[in-house]
Amino acid sequence: MIHARGLARTFDTKRGRERVAVKAVGGVDIDVEEGEIVGFLGPNGAGKTTTLRMLTTLLKPTSGTATVAGFDLAREPVKVRKAIGYVSQSGSTAGIARAGEEIVDHALLYGISAGQAEKRGKELFDQLELEGMWARQPKTMSGGQRRRLDIAMGLVHDPKLVFLDEPSTGLDPQARANLWTHISDLRTKLGTTIFLTTHYLDEADALCDRILVIDHGVIVAADTPDALKREVAGDLVELVLASESEVATAASHLSKLGTNTTADIDGLVVSMRVQHAGAELPGLLRALDGAGVTLAAIEVRRPTLDDVFLTMTGRSLREDA
Amino acid sequence: MTFFYDTWVIYRRQLRLALRNPAWVIIGLAQPVLYLALFGPLLKPLAAQIGTANAYTFFVPGLLIQLGLFGALFAGFGLVSEWREGVIEAERVTPANRAALLFGRVLRDLSLLLVQGIVLIALGFAFGMRGSLLGMILGLVLILLLGGACSAASYALALTLKSEDALAPILNSIALPVLLLAGILLPISIATGAPQWLVTVSDFMPIKYLVNALRELFVGHVLTITTMWGALWVLLLFALGIFYGTRTFRKDNA
Repeated sequence: MIHARGLARTFDTKRGRERVAVKAVGGVDIDVEEGEIVGFLGPNGAGKTTTLRMLTTLLKPTSGTATVAGFDLAREPVKVRKAIGYVSQSGSTAGIARAGEEIVDHALLYGISAGQAEKRGKELFDQLELEGMWARQPKTMSGGQRRRLDIAMGLVHDPKLVFLDEPSTGLDPQARANLWTHISDLRTKLGTTIFLTTHYLDEADALCDRILVIDHGVIVAADTPDALKREVAGDLVELVLASESEVATAASHLSKLGTNTTADIDGLVVSMRVQHAGAELPGLLRALDGAGVTLAAIEVRRPTLDDVFLTMTGRSLREDA
Repeated sequence: MTFFYDTWVIYRRQLRLALRNPAWVIIGLAQPVLYLALFGPLLKPLAAQIGTANAYTFFVPGLLIQLGLFGALFAGFGLVSEWREGVIEAERVTPANRAALLFGRVLRDLSLLLVQGIVLIALGFAFGMRGSLLGMILGLVLILLLGGACSAASYALALTLKSEDALAPILNSIALPVLLLAGILLPISIATGAPQWLVTVSDFMPIKYLVNALRELFVGHVLTITTMWGALWVLLLFALGIFYGTRTFRKDNA
């Protein structure tokens, strides 16, 4: 469905008085097969949106080639546009318009007749739980509703390939979970191929068959979510001690939970990666209690994108790139 | 042909949105109306000195230019907020003709400009303006060409800059010298006592020829060398504006 080779984009920007060529995407190869949900994962500024804008004909690649939905990106952009749907992270509707009118007008630009556009639009409103919103102004909708309206806009011409740029950014947890259901429904019910960008591992985890990790405009890993997470050894257990004198004792107890790892000590904080931390924790607490160690706090963190990213690139996702 | 159909779809949507929020149409008209009501009476006693029989027949053409120039020149601000809402990207990802995305918007601006122009002329009559109806109709056509040039250029600039903060100083630094040097409020001519250097500078302002042409048209002098110059300049500006706009909207990375 998508086959890109060496897709690259360089921007000319001014830094002071000099003109500098900034490499936003430095030659990526992407293969997405029909019916797949593939996630494009990386920190802000990694080149996700730039890649997406190239694949959706919005931005001309500096070099490289791609076929999207069976058509050559450079030679047949109009055919590519007809075959794909794109849901951008900045939205797609005017706040003061009416939702239904926006859907119909959007469909008209695809050459769909007005009658068919309204029928399809209303179907999508039903599917995406936007019943009764046809005459509403998008600015009066909730974040989740408006995002679903954007998705309806992207689907009105029944594309076989849909691009979603950061679909759940800015949504509350309930709206996110709801959105994920709708996205995975697209594939199961319509057989749509989905390519989405995200910087949340849980989102990629919940939705994607495969994940491409991009950093500094280069793809650094491509695998299933499970395989990626296996690269991070276990959950992070963090103990915060009440007094300095007990730090060493706590560290030695924590270290017993690992086979060839030892706990890190940072002031009053002792931490280590532990397999199946949930099952190990009760024993650890009893042991610490028995040794007379008083804990101020305890925290267990599941592997996050940050951890995966740290393992793969040697630096934290949260550091400024 | 998809260009005309897409232009129609964009135009209809834009017009619908403009009519749903008519505040801007009214604010755009308020400025020349205020000039008409509050500045016009000051011109009346000067009519003889300016060299005109009717101060309003002299003044309304200038206000029409102001309306066409300013209303359209600031159209780009609307496009920046559309960009921010993702509407432009959403339209560009459809197979719609790129130039149609521009022309639909320009046509919306021209429709509003036409209505505003007619209202302004009607108000002029109420204030005592008299003149040639044919001349006024032709004058409106020239104003629409000017408006088309300004709005296309404004949209292109807005699409390139994508920021109100960058757009505002550029547009203001164009608008104010034009307003002052085109003789929109008062004539810039040796006959009325303007200094030679100012006259020379204003001769380089294409809009000045349009203002002069419009004033001739309004008193019924349709086929004169002045009106021809005005028409020529506005056609040139229109061609430039449309060329710049179309080229920008067709660019792949706009």
